Amino acid sequence: MNYRRASLRLLAGYALLFLTLTSGSAFAQNGGELRFCLRSEPKTFDPLLVDDDSSLSIRYLTGGVLVRVNRHTQELEPELAESWKVSQDGKQIAFKLRRGISFSDGTQFSADDVAFTMQRLMDPALHSSTGDAFRSGSGAVSTKIIAPDQISVTFPAPLAGLDRLFDQVAIMSAHSPKKEAAVLGPFMVAEYKAGSSVLLRRNPNYWKKDSQGRRLPYLDSIRLDIQPNRDVEMLRFKRGELDLINVIDSDYFDRLAATSLQLAHDAGPSLDADFMWFNQVASAPIPEYKRAWFRSTNFRRAISQAINRDDLSRVVFNGHAQPAVGPVSPANKFWFNSKLKAEPYRPDAALKRLQADGFHLQNGALFDKGGNAVEFSIVTNAGSKPRERMAVMVQEDLGKLGIKVNVVTLDPPSLIERISQKFNYEAAMFGFRNVDLDPNGQMNIWLSSAENHAWNPLQKSPETAWEAEIDRLMRAQASTADPKKRKESFDRVQEIVAEQAPFIYLVNQNALSAVSSAVEGANPGILSPQTFWNAERLTLNASARASR
Amino acid sequence: MNAARKLACVVVLAVCAVSLAANWLAPAGYARQFREAPSAPPSRQHLLGTDEVGRDRFARVLYGTRISLLLAPAAALVSTALAALIGGLAGYLGGIWLRLARGFTDLFLSLPWLFLLIAVRALLPLNTSPLASVLITFFILGLLGWAASARVLSTSADALRNSDFVLQARASGLHGPRLFFVHVLPNLKPVLYAQFWISIPVFILAEANLGILGLGVAEPLPSWGSLLRELEGMISFREEWWRLAPLLLLIVVMTSFQTLLSNEEVTA
Repeated sequence: MNYRRASLRLLAGYALLFLTLTSGSAFAQNGGELRFCLRSEPKTFDPLLVDDDSSLSIRYLTGGVLVRVNRHTQELEPELAESWKVSQDGKQIAFKLRRGISFSDGTQFSADDVAFTMQRLMDPALHSSTGDAFRSGSGAVSTKIIAPDQISVTFPAPLAGLDRLFDQVAIMSAHSPKKEAAVLGPFMVAEYKAGSSVLLRRNPNYWKKDSQGRRLPYLDSIRLDIQPNRDVEMLRFKRGELDLINVIDSDYFDRLAATSLQLAHDAGPSLDADFMWFNQVASAPIPEYKRAWFRSTNFRRAISQAINRDDLSRVVFNGHAQPAVGPVSPANKFWFNSKLKAEPYRPDAALKRLQADGFHLQNGALFDKGGNAVEFSIVTNAGSKPRERMAVMVQEDLGKLGIKVNVVTLDPPSLIERISQKFNYEAAMFGFRNVDLDPNGQMNIWLSSAENHAWNPLQKSPETAWEAEIDRLMRAQASTADPKKRKESFDRVQEIVAEQAPFIYLVNQNALSAVSSAVEGANPGILSPQTFWNAERLTLNASARASR
Repeated sequence: MNAARKLACVVVLAVCAVSLAANWLAPAGYARQFREAPSAPPSRQHLLGTDEVGRDRFARVLYGTRISLLLAPAAALVSTALAALIGGLAGYLGGIWLRLARGFTDLFLSLPWLFLLIAVRALLPLNTSPLASVLITFFILGLLGWAASARVLSTSADALRNSDFVLQARASGLHGPRLFFVHVLPNLKPVLYAQFWISIPVFILAEANLGILGLGVAEPLPSWGSLLRELEGMISFREEWWRLAPLLLLIVVMTSFQTLLSNEEVTA
């Protein structure tokens, strides 16, 4: 009897020891709840209809994709597809899929689902902005299932950077009755309270494991509170109620860094750019002599040279920004033309350029050759403090050249109407939030016929030789799958933009974020989503797990 | 005049005097950017520190006060004149005119003021100088702010129309504009004064609201609205208490204005 009791005690001791030693495994079953904010209500949970930041975040966390752009290295990595191959003509892509993967509801994943997703995505009736990126020419997109784990997708015309576009395509189930609720990503939507929060729970069928064989994700759930007010978001973060702030302003960043330096993360220049431009639209209701200034390369370059970008970066963004070079941020490792440098602040050179165009100074004011005083307005959106501050600094910089600048802040609807419909403005200052590394994402800006060719949109044929050259180069880079040739073409586009200054690029803001000390494994980057791009590998420390 | 009103009067006059002396008290000016010292704390050179682009906050507060305190009464004058014209005349004429004016006034009062201001401001020409923009902003405020005063004035004029002395004047053969200007309007003076004084803080706050939305006076000209906007996102008051200066000034001036108006005037 005593022997049996002793044996049982020993067994219990071993069991306790085993549990202690395998606490890592136990930890993976109890990763806790990560909390952060969405700044607006998600408009949709359908991954193919995503068009807003909040829905994009949910898609990133719940959607399974064939390939994924690593937000840190910017390289393409296999996900649901083990391997893939793009045809030489850039029209076709073939995927070899992983086997044995299930959706969150247990439905098996196969090539059928990829075909279903692509057919639905390319359905014109769906009006999917994700699908628009795949529209290369007239004609239908066809899919061919070669085997349950092999599929090829063929497009009517070549698509440059084709494989990277699949980073945005969350695969939907062809057979699940749950439709978009059946997901392949690390989390799934468990609860949605309109106007309040979205709760994501761990997908029990998620296919990835870590290097030690533990099933991912580590976290049990993610709570996304819908909170548009940034002050409240920061206060809640400081109180420990939130774990992440994906993007924060430089003011907030410095205030946070002053008290908790380790929580504030500056990942360096982001892809976003702030810039200004002059209205060159022929039919715009502005005086002819002003249109002549705005259409002069010398005038635009002179304005560019007269703006002190270092001051903008230092004063407006407290040093958390870099003088911008052009349409591509230096953060874009592959596409940035490293031969180009930001326009240095040279007011003397600017004045010489203006004098070459017949401008002259008189009693401290600048006049054109027709005797008209140089005065123009810069419109920008009310409510953006950094942009308003930049406009005020540009006003002072140009004032030193004798140019009178009026800064006009307008409510966003009025501003959009003025710059895109009535063209009733002289100069505008705006920001470009770039989420796409590939220049194809900028086709709607650089083609002279494009709607977003802000300085002179919807041209029937290019009005200048340099715009015609940009058109040619952008089409050339879009029609080849050869990355080297594409890079050469787009490098030249960047050079032309630097020479002609249709957009006067000002600064690239740094990617600033906040991560609580409770979060382990975070590595904030410059690409969206900055803080939770590796959500499946994020964990909360023991004290945070215990408190939730 | 009781002691509180005397004190309020002194405060308003002192603030006006100091703001008018801004050129001497703050020689740095409101627009000059000391870019090497943005968001600086108070120092001998910058008594209230500098704003986000390095402009002297003390100078901006003084110039902003000057703008808000000089132009708000001008806007109040415009709105009171319009109110006297519309409300006073409607009350004096009575009948269908009074009903029409009241209907129009009620309609005007039911309009969403802020959105109306934003819409009207968006229609303005872009190339207006900062000074012109400030004049236009307050003029618009004046043009849009007459309705509440007109309602009060129409009621007062209506009461006067049926008063004994007006009936007596009518019986003596006096009528038309002469009756209005000689007998009615002078008797509306207390109401007009009260409406004028009440309107001033309303317009100051209206401009402040527009300024907070970034739609007020054009840069680089300061106003209380644009100065109050600096407080946006301020989490701790203890760390940068000096940034509260425009808010304190606004509270002091508004309180003084309210104290200046006696109960009789407010309810007149």
